[in-house]
Amino acid sequence: MQANSPFFRRNVSIQGVMLKVLAALLPAIAVYVWFFGTAILIQIALTSIAALAGEALILSLRDKPVAIFLSDGSALVTAWLIALTFPPIAPWWLTVTATLIAIIVVKHLYGGLGQNPFNPAMVAFCLMIVAYPQMMSQWPAVGFTDFAAQVAAIFGERHIDALVMATPLDALRTGLHTPEAHATVAGIFGAGASFGNIGGKGWEWIAGGYLLGGLWLMQQRVISWRQPVAFLGTLMLIAGIASLAAPDRFAGPLFHALTGGAMLGAFFITTDPITGATTPRGKLIFAAGVAALVWIIRTFGAYPDGIAFATLLMNICVPLIDMATQPPVFGHKED
Amino acid sequence: MSRRLFNFNGGVKPPYNKEASLGEAIADFFAVAPMPAEFVIPLHQSVGGPPHPLVKAGETVKKGQLIGGPDGNVSSAVHASTSGRVKAVEMRLMPHTSGLSALCVVIEPDGKDEWIDHAPVPWRSMSPGEVRDALRDAGVVGLGGAVFPSHLKVNPGKQGHLDTLVINGAECEPFITCDDMQMRQRPDGIIKGAAILRDLTQAKQVLIGIEDNKPEAVAIMRAAVDRLQAERIEIVAVPTRYPAGGAKQLIRVLTGIEVAHGKRSTDYGVQCFNTGTAHAIHDALELGRPMISRILTVAGNVDRPRNFEVRFGTPMNDVVALCGARPDSDRYIMGGPMMGYRMPAETVPVVKATNCILVGSKAMFPPPPPEMPCIRCGECAKACPSDLAPFELFWFSRAKIFGKAQEYHLFDCIECGCCAYVCPANIPLVDYYRFAKSEIWARENEKSAADTARERYEFRLAREERDKAEKATRLAAKAAETKAKLAEQQAGSDAKKDLIAAAAARVADAENKTNAS
Repeated sequence: MQANSPFFRRNVSIQGVMLKVLAALLPAIAVYVWFFGTAILIQIALTSIAALAGEALILSLRDKPVAIFLSDGSALVTAWLIALTFPPIAPWWLTVTATLIAIIVVKHLYGGLGQNPFNPAMVAFCLMIVAYPQMMSQWPAVGFTDFAAQVAAIFGERHIDALVMATPLDALRTGLHTPEAHATVAGIFGAGASFGNIGGKGWEWIAGGYLLGGLWLMQQRVISWRQPVAFLGTLMLIAGIASLAAPDRFAGPLFHALTGGAMLGAFFITTDPITGATTPRGKLIFAAGVAALVWIIRTFGAYPDGIAFATLLMNICVPLIDMATQPPVFGHKED
Repeated sequence: MSRRLFNFNGGVKPPYNKEASLGEAIADFFAVAPMPAEFVIPLHQSVGGPPHPLVKAGETVKKGQLIGGPDGNVSSAVHASTSGRVKAVEMRLMPHTSGLSALCVVIEPDGKDEWIDHAPVPWRSMSPGEVRDALRDAGVVGLGGAVFPSHLKVNPGKQGHLDTLVINGAECEPFITCDDMQMRQRPDGIIKGAAILRDLTQAKQVLIGIEDNKPEAVAIMRAAVDRLQAERIEIVAVPTRYPAGGAKQLIRVLTGIEVAHGKRSTDYGVQCFNTGTAHAIHDALELGRPMISRILTVAGNVDRPRNFEVRFGTPMNDVVALCGARPDSDRYIMGGPMMGYRMPAETVPVVKATNCILVGSKAMFPPPPPEMPCIRCGECAKACPSDLAPFELFWFSRAKIFGKAQEYHLFDCIECGCCAYVCPANIPLVDYYRFAKSEIWARENEKSAADTARERYEFRLAREERDKAEKATRLAAKAAETKAKLAEQQAGSDAKKDLIAAAAARVADAENKTNAS
């Protein structure tokens, strides 16, 4: 029997927190399905099964209570984030391998739940985009929702060249980086079929879904306001200054905020408690750092989006940020 | 009148469960229950040195008679709770989770409940030191639960007067209502006690802080202040949020001052006493009554939760028996659910620290779900009223990196339990801090023991060296003496030889002379 106080506790659990995070992803998933078809659901199912299977396997190898840890929901969060960051028509073995690596190597070889210094989904993304750059950049065109074709792309022979389309970030980077192109941001936006109102056809609405879910998580006090505000604020500030200075060379702040993985990063990646900074000031610094790196990678880097790389780079800095930003303790504020 | 209040960070709002025990007036336990068969009065009931027994088995004692003399100044006296015969002075189980025993005076009551002669203490004409001695000898200690000897706190501080004297009637722990009921039923004694403390500490103002979930107590206390025309005493309703009744938190809320760990609050011009302590100080000085009883709440898994005034040494189960513990009860907790201690047995005695006997059951306080790894969600840091990073302390404590734990202000932790209360991973965080603190204390003790041992060893070496040197000088001196003696003897024998030679010469001379004649 419990010997020491406190003898009662608030009714909260890790499982509850994780389930809320999953629930907050639902609006974006619904929009995803609307614009890009059911492939994303297949990917979510694949990554979920792979994550749970991998987690169960390694938990039993590590002699940990399988049922308790399997039901904590953390593996599912990793699985869903992988599904949502990978191209929905990526071959099944790609997402499954990525998920197994995330769970087994990045999470459990570092000690399991709560111990991993790097965001598992982001490591999986980086690894795969380095290993399979082509497959990781084959994104479906808006309206490519044919179920049979998607299933074939995931499980069968991949004849998908007609179905894929450069994402807005891709189009922008290619256009601006090709030396002979002399393209301008406005020119690329006008020419590209994938550009919607602000951040890319379909993608801007998915970003809206993440925003909605993220705001709900904030209201539920699962996540702090600090990382999303610092992330989006920094990203838009840098993008704003750059695009004001050279509108032909740099895309504007709203485009950056509503395209690629920005919203997902703002509300679901930088807010990961395990791999992010924990102090109030540290959260601001961490998310602002990710945002700055995202803009740099998007603008000058070799890859179109930079959420994953930026997150990992800032993950490395977390112990330092936390150490340097410990808030003053009661009674020691004037020290 | 509205006063500017301050805020402390963190805190939680647990279910308060106070209504149940507020229904009935405080009952004098002896008016409603038979006299216990024996009183087991632990000698060590306060912070500080354990008092030494002043009575022996077989002696008769009167109610209020001193039975435990304070051990130096940081200690407090202990008195007989009733008249009767001392059955034994022996080791008995203490009301503490550890299950350890300590020296107790066991009194078999004679039923007469006869007071020893006592008279009001003329504290106004006494020097501050004499008043403090009187409080110490009356056994007055903090009744909020910390049982710190009160006489050590009745101190105007370096500047000669306090800016603010805080009287703590916040009572933020769930289930406990003893201060609330005392404020409602016996406000005059508290206000008078506060006035005495005001005069003793030369306090410019006295603020009596009461959580705003006790509007009756606030109103009654305000009326009492007006009726008694108590000067410079103000009743302040403070927001209800656990642990608003922590001394540091209440001082912060009322004055904005944050008293750092290890600092005296008088250095900041403030001091804090519990309302019950103020009442006890009034009783000790104005009535001359030593502290032999207190008000306590019996709550939790009982049919009739209520408050009693109970003499120290009464077995807890005697008190609970009047409230009807439900059959599934499986434990007594001394104190509240947030900071209380589980008792090793139901028969342990009520002591000065017993503000509540919380009867628990598995249904009421279910065992926590299995402990999960920390996910660094930071809920604990948000809840910590000391602005600590509990998850970092947990990490360092678990890894036994005690230096780091201290760097992260482990000892500023007041063990209020907020962090463990909100932890989604069900980590018993406070247990880890208690462990780390006791390990650090043990190491420090070990270190000082080692230091002492080393000093002893070095002293021994030095002494041996000194002894050796002394012996050597002594021997040398002796040798020199012997030599001198020998030399003298030598010299003596030479003189003899000379004498003999002289005699022989004389004889020869005489012979020669004789032969010549």
